[in-house]
Amino acid sequence: MRLVVEMTGHDEERLAALLRLLPPAPAGWVEAAQQLPAARTVIDSIVARAEADAAYRARVLSDLEAALEAEGHEASPSVVAALRIRLGNG
Amino acid sequence: MLTTPSDAELVARCRRGDAEAWNALVERFSRYVYAICVRAFGLSRDDAEDVFQEVFARVYERLDELRSDAAIRPWIAQLTRRLCIDRLRAGRREVATEEDALDEPAADETLAQLDEAMAVRACLDAVGDPCREILDRFFCRDESYKTIGEALGLPSGTIASRISRCLGKLREQMEGRS
Repeated sequence: MRLVVEMTGHDEERLAALLRLLPPAPAGWVEAAQQLPAARTVIDSIVARAEADAAYRARVLSDLEAALEAEGHEASPSVVAALRIRLGNG
Repeated sequence: MLTTPSDAELVARCRRGDAEAWNALVERFSRYVYAICVRAFGLSRDDAEDVFQEVFARVYERLDELRSDAAIRPWIAQLTRRLCIDRLRAGRREVATEEDALDEPAADETLAQLDEAMAVRACLDAVGDPCREILDRFFCRDESYKTIGEALGLPSGTIASRISRCLGKLREQMEGRS
């Protein structure tokens, strides 16, 4: 998708066009990403256990959502991605 | 008057585990990541959501790898760009098409405009409310004069002139920084 914003000075029409380029992201997406610090303890715990137990690590990697849910934490997309990254698989 | 923290200040606070700073960082860059996904690369809503969450998960987990706290924006842009391209390529492998090659130069042109738009937003933050809210509602959220007037307790007949005045203030702010 090509955008057409004339790049001449900072006249008010151009400022308006630039403002229009950045609508808000869906609120639910933003809230999910903001939940990452709250998941840190759970992720730390899963990673520590996975480092000590290869079989557990394999189980976690085969189903990240289930591993989080087993710890009582919601498996939101951002938290699943963070866990995968911490396990060196992302 | 409260000043808006710089990108570098926010990143430094995030590194120290400040959850409020993380919230602010996500808030600041969420529009940028979203726009890169949907405007620069034209991802579907589902793909855009996956990339959006992956970007913030990587930023959160790899913040310590960022060499300069002030470089967070280009880092996020690069990360988002790469994940969008991966996503598009994966999708095209699935449908096994030879046409419709990735138009990376066009995406890069759009990215440059989004960088400019982020600079305008930073100036809008500096201008502060009520102008920030009025301009955001009208231009970014596409709200009508009536909706804005009701939300802010202002006569809807005055919204157009307020928008005009606020754009003038924003232009002065932009000129002051350049």
